Amino acid sequence: MDRTELLAPFERLLESACTPAVVRAIEAGGDAATLWDAIEASGFLDALVPEAQGGAGLALADMAPILIACGRFAVPLPVGDTIAARHLLALRGETPPPGPIRLTGGHAEAAAVGALPAARAQEIRVDGDTPSLHLAALVRAAAIAGGAQRLLDASLAYANERVQFGKPIGRQQALQQQLAVMAEQTVAARIAVEIACAAGLPLSLAPAATAKIVTSTAAPSIAATAHAVHGAIGISAEHDLHLYTRRLLAWRMEHGSEGWWEARLGTERLAANVGSVDWVRAAVTG
Amino acid sequence: MFETFTFHSLPPEDEALRPAIRVLAEEAAASLGADQRARSWQGFDAAFSRKLGEAGFLGLTLPRDYGGGERGPFARFVVVEELLTLGAPVAAHWIADRQSAPLILNFGSEEQRRHYLPRICRGEIFFCIGMSEPGSGSDLASVRTRAERTASGWRLNGQKIWTTNAHRADYMIALVRTSGTAADRHGGLSQLIVDLKAPGVTVRPIEDLAGDAHFAEVFFEDAALPDDALIGTEDEGWKQVTAELAFERSGPERIYSSIILLDAWIAHLQKQGSVGEASLRLAGNFTARLATLRAMSIACTALLAQGESPVVEASLVKDLGTSFEQELPAAIANDLAARPDVPVDAELRRALFYVAHIAPSFSLRGGTREILRGIIARGLGLR
Ligand SMILES: Cc1cc2nc3c(=O)[nH]c(=O)nc-3n(C[C@H](O)[C@H](O)[C@H](O)COP(=O)(O)OP(=O)(O)OC[C@H]3O[C@@H](n4cnc5c(N)ncnc54)[C@H](O)[C@@H]3O)c2cc1C
Repeated sequence: MDRTELLAPFERLLESACTPAVVRAIEAGGDAATLWDAIEASGFLDALVPEAQGGAGLALADMAPILIACGRFAVPLPVGDTIAARHLLALRGETPPPGPIRLTGGHAEAAAVGALPAARAQEIRVDGDTPSLHLAALVRAAAIAGGAQRLLDASLAYANERVQFGKPIGRQQALQQQLAVMAEQTVAARIAVEIACAAGLPLSLAPAATAKIVTSTAAPSIAATAHAVHGAIGISAEHDLHLYTRRLLAWRMEHGSEGWWEARLGTERLAANVGSVDWVRAAVTG
Repeated sequence: MFETFTFHSLPPEDEALRPAIRVLAEEAAASLGADQRARSWQGFDAAFSRKLGEAGFLGLTLPRDYGGGERGPFARFVVVEELLTLGAPVAAHWIADRQSAPLILNFGSEEQRRHYLPRICRGEIFFCIGMSEPGSGSDLASVRTRAERTASGWRLNGQKIWTTNAHRADYMIALVRTSGTAADRHGGLSQLIVDLKAPGVTVRPIEDLAGDAHFAEVFFEDAALPDDALIGTEDEGWKQVTAELAFERSGPERIYSSIILLDAWIAHLQKQGSVGEASLRLAGNFTARLATLRAMSIACTALLAQGESPVVEASLVKDLGTSFEQELPAAIANDLAARPDVPVDAELRRALFYVAHIAPSFSLRGGTREILRGIIARGLGLR
């Protein structure tokens, strides 16, 4: 499947239906049904449901750009969760409830409470070291990768536009070096998500952990650089920057921070008596 | 951004090279301790390089016509990855195989290709890179070594420094000024193939802080070079050197410099009955980053395979990769010394100190961290 073939219609949909104004309105408790119905109508929510059960039967690898786009547009509804939940329910032969489904668990709750208003949704608990939790973590990792892309784009645009000392601030080497690091982290986040998506379903621990560790580690640093570049305007409620930076910090904690996954990945790694590159080839990238 | 820079699996036909190269690499590294294996691409073993050439593992990206393997960058990735992760001594052929041969293939005359490439592929001749000078490090365009035309060729005067393997190599590809002055910057530079045994060339090894002499200074005093020492186009050397640096920076050696230490530390943990949470997290962190950097390095290789010159992408991977390589010894030192009750064997200790001491060079050689970030910033449209 060509990446852009799938992504282009989904992006167009979010571009028009999930503008920053819509994100703000839903966060403020406004009507989410219009956005939800548009996404439901697109068919993407059943992307990982087998064709025999009425879904699109796509591979997880095909879904990387879609899951990343959910983060890039700060979609304030559990779209990635619902895609994952419908897949998990289909595996059990169950019919999913209509409407948004949120994957919850010990980790998810800690961060979601107070961080972002949770849109009303059905809940499914994902716990323990299960493929369900691995998939939930990947959904968050992909969201971070997408949010990071948006923040990088916004920061580059602002650096070229804001003038101080008679020239754009992006001409200052100090900011160039910070933005270069931000770009490195943003690309690494996306590739870590691509690794996990390529590993396929049911998702095992090592690729999921890789994606969540790399994205979660980068999240606070990327958010910090975006704010540093924007100066005071980025702190204002009126500016859209916080729509993405707040989410990055929340997604980092949901379904396990990097520290939680590092301990698990480290345990698996130490159980195998082979070189690190051999282990990575076998357990992470296949 | 960077849409074509994406995850790729290695093609199965290239993966198929792995068992055979592994046998050779293991054999070469078998008698070396971890601290010696950690020197990998500074470990010089001409006989091993010739053996690799005989077995068809050098010049994998070059056409068969010139003695190469005609396999492409993915095949080279697999071979290089095995050599590095096992710590085989690869320094002798490293530079010729990585960048001199592709440079000669891309810019050399047919005669130059026939003269040099088959011998590079057989592991018979070794090259070094003559870019840096005492007054020209990051500001490479300011080089002052100068070549003047004579009746029979070129007369070379000046000095290079930090030239890896100059004292053990047969040839240097030098970036020199052939017209104008340093003020002309990128104009007026050319690349010359210098026979290091030519009269007027003096090479003096430089010892590093770990006691090794892997680089040298090279003096040219009216060194007479033949007409065909010029490679590529006169005064167009800057363009050529930029393409050469993309090869120099894009390989997996920019993520694996501390891999021997990592594996030695993991083996140390595995010998313990129970491993604390901090060590587990560290192992998990390193593993996740290694997997991602490796995927990024393969993504870079994929761009090379598509015939592109991934200058910005290579800089991304090298900067992230060398940061990883440098964090490893610092974090492992912390981890080991946080458990004074657990004995550390002498070999691991030696490897740790070697890597910790040499690690600052990882983000200097091949272009400094700050210079690479500047290249990335340019790629981002900031300069
Ligand atoms: C192990 C090793 C092997 C090497 N092998 C070779 C070789 O085979 N052939 C060869 O030609 N060279 C070789 N080099 C040299 C290497 O290419 C140079 O060290 C490198 O280009 C930096 O130059 P410099 O050391 O003169 O540092 P400088 O250029 O003097 O830099 C010193 C510091 O200033 C910073 N700096 C300089 N300019 C700027 C700027 N514009 N903006 C921001 N910061 C800046 C640098 O980033 C660095 O932190 C080798 C070096 C090492 C350590």
